[in-house]
Amino acid sequence: MATRLNRLSRWHSVFKRGYSTSADEHKLQRSGKTVNLFTAINQALSLALETDPRAYVFGEDVRFGGVFRCTTGLADRFGKSRVFNTPLCEQGIVGFGIGLAAMGNRAIAEIQFADYIYPAFDQIVNEAAKFRYRSGNQFNCGGLTIRTPYGAVGHGGHYHSQSPEAFFCHVPGLKVVVPRSPHQAKGLLLACIRDPNPTIFLEPKWLYRLAAEEVPEHDYMLPLSQAEVIREGSDITLVGWGAQLSVMEQACVDAEKDGISCELIDLRTLIPWDKETVEASVKKTGRLLVSHEAPVTGGFGAEISASIAERCFLRLEAPVARICGLDTPFPLVFEPFYMPTKNKILDAIKATLNY
Amino acid sequence: MVLWLTRSRNVAHHLKRKWDLVGVLNHSSSLCSSSLHQHHHHHHHHRHCSSSSTSPITNNSRDPDTVSSNSASGFSIRRLESTKAQQQLDSVYDDHDDENQVLDFPGGSVMLTSELRFISETPEKRIKCYRVLDDDGQLIMSSSFQEVSKELALKMYRNMITLQTMDTIFYEAQRQGRISFYLTSNGEEAINIASAAAFTTSDVVLPQYREPGVLLWRGFTLQEFTNQCFGNKSDYGKGRQMPIHYGSNKLNYFTVSSPIATQLPQAVGAAYSLKMDGKDACVVTYFGDGGASEGDFHAALNFAAVLEAPVIFICRNNGWAISTPTSEQYRGDGIVVRGQAYGVRSIRVDGNDALAVYNAVKEARKMAISEQRPILIEALTYRTGHHSTSDDSTKYRPVNEIEHWRVARDPVSRFKKWVERNGWWTHEDESELRSSVRKELLNAIQVAEKAEKPPLSDMFTDVYDHPSSNLFEQERFLRETIKRHPLDYPPEVPV
Repeated sequence: MATRLNRLSRWHSVFKRGYSTSADEHKLQRSGKTVNLFTAINQALSLALETDPRAYVFGEDVRFGGVFRCTTGLADRFGKSRVFNTPLCEQGIVGFGIGLAAMGNRAIAEIQFADYIYPAFDQIVNEAAKFRYRSGNQFNCGGLTIRTPYGAVGHGGHYHSQSPEAFFCHVPGLKVVVPRSPHQAKGLLLACIRDPNPTIFLEPKWLYRLAAEEVPEHDYMLPLSQAEVIREGSDITLVGWGAQLSVMEQACVDAEKDGISCELIDLRTLIPWDKETVEASVKKTGRLLVSHEAPVTGGFGAEISASIAERCFLRLEAPVARICGLDTPFPLVFEPFYMPTKNKILDAIKATLNY
Repeated sequence: MVLWLTRSRNVAHHLKRKWDLVGVLNHSSSLCSSSLHQHHHHHHHHRHCSSSSTSPITNNSRDPDTVSSNSASGFSIRRLESTKAQQQLDSVYDDHDDENQVLDFPGGSVMLTSELRFISETPEKRIKCYRVLDDDGQLIMSSSFQEVSKELALKMYRNMITLQTMDTIFYEAQRQGRISFYLTSNGEEAINIASAAAFTTSDVVLPQYREPGVLLWRGFTLQEFTNQCFGNKSDYGKGRQMPIHYGSNKLNYFTVSSPIATQLPQAVGAAYSLKMDGKDACVVTYFGDGGASEGDFHAALNFAAVLEAPVIFICRNNGWAISTPTSEQYRGDGIVVRGQAYGVRSIRVDGNDALAVYNAVKEARKMAISEQRPILIEALTYRTGHHSTSDDSTKYRPVNEIEHWRVARDPVSRFKKWVERNGWWTHEDESELRSSVRKELLNAIQVAEKAEKPPLSDMFTDVYDHPSSNLFEQERFLRETIKRHPLDYPPEVPV
């Protein structure tokens, strides 16, 4: 937990420097309050319900506020027919959401943990993702957004820690989005909810309470399929998403002490992803490191590595490095060993520079 | 049971929104819904037992048919109709319960008993099957049903013949290699057409794949069916799916997808939308006896009950899920009994009796909309054709079984006998209709075959609302490849 609190203070410093490329930056200064990640998500949901009478929020334990408190107060404010509990059944939640969305509503479904999304896999992969294509655009379920907490939390073991993003990145028709911070979460979630395509929004659960930053109170969206360079550098490009970015940021800071200049990119949307931003960066630095919590084999880092190898082969000074989760189930006691930690990243940065 | 209910008003009050629990206790709802069909247009009966006869407990003020002073008579009728199993159940409570002892449990109190006794896994009697026409197409005199006008009856019959003819010709077209795949509705024409006739086009259909008759009823033309099966540029699905995956936004018929039962929870979501929009419409979704084994079936029934969604689940129990007979598909009395377990009103009908299907669905629709609740209908039928053109069903079931259903139990000829007996239909009408439908279909096939395939660009659209950059890149690359290797690609697809 101590290292996580360090992470948090990192975040404060990061955001004081104002890396965000958002057009709303000036408003952030003006009207923002410091809020944590779950509160930012709560604000986004509230705005979504307020601005569209055909928006619905539902899932397990959503009515009382959700196990992570993201839906606190929404049922009281918008009524229990718009913010409601469902039976404990993920395939039902997603299937229901598809039908609701297909009738022209914004269906915002919560899956309590990403670890439990698999019963809904068929509905997501065979139904939601293909709904528009298979009907020749006669029908679509673009109003569907599936929110789900993902990733390590220090004590989650196998079933409260997984990062299943790569499964969904293999599915044309879906969008997969992961925010790194409260400000990003609010803007990206509103963008997902209003995007006319089914979207999976993975919320870094470790940051729900730990990450806090100024978040504008007003309604704003951040663009999908646009990566963001959150730290500029010249020696190596680091690409990541979600909670992992804070770890990578620490590695960048430590590398800087050794005179290594790192460029850090938040991919934000995993599919369809912004190859151009990553490509431009790697063409500049000549090196790439990708890092995620999910197991390395078949992870989305592999896709990024392959794409960049195709596009930047002659500019690469070293093989692409992948510092990711190991190929074991997510282990409880061994979590500190499993995780792609700062020093693993730092070592890989140095090894890549010295290749 | 009766005594207990009258004495335990407080308990009943606690239970009022939990009629699934009550259902376990009084075993009433199926009996209730079967006698509901005695509520025909003459209004002279007094055994009026609509669903609301559980009203002392359900207290459903939305039901206009609620009989206010029904508790005594209603329950005594049910007692008369009780099965032996029910009497056993009653005795559990009558002999051993301590009337003042209830377990105060979240969602409603439960009576306590000192007797250790399990609920039987099989009822003494199977749930009865509602029927209007006998095997010979004669009206069963005692049956309760709404009159069907000559006009409606003939439209139903014509549609059944059209569906049958379409199946015959498309099946042949597949055998000749003109289309890649086909799947007939043989034996299930009555469920297709008669259920469709009971809905309006504002009702939303989430089909499985053996309900093209519903789409036909709504006005999908034979040319439109043919275009889909041939995957030409006029196919609304742009040639992306196998034959029989029809869909029509205009006709409120969601595009068919192959995975089994996925449409069921979606139907609940669509119904919830109708409910929230206050529409005078419901959702209907279809599936088979095999589909009812999927998790999505159970999810859907549970969601529909809990969220009080106006959706009608129609199970075509045709005895076979490809080669798997119902004896290897489930235990218990079929699909209909699952309704009560989920708190969903349900009925079993003879799926080969068009009038029974029509009446049951009509009544179900009325209840679904006026009471904002789901209804489950199990229609007993038989798939007289193969599962699809990729299947030979004689490999796993006796030919004489197929023949029996194809001849003696055929839903189309049964309905025809009734229509003919009414003097509404002649032999000449029959041959004229069959030959004109046949001609229209052969012409549609010619047109569909001559039509261009959808252009290559249709491969990349509709993945998202706008193509993503990787799709642009892949399309560009593919076009260059085609230029280099044009012979690798089917010439009929315009590039």
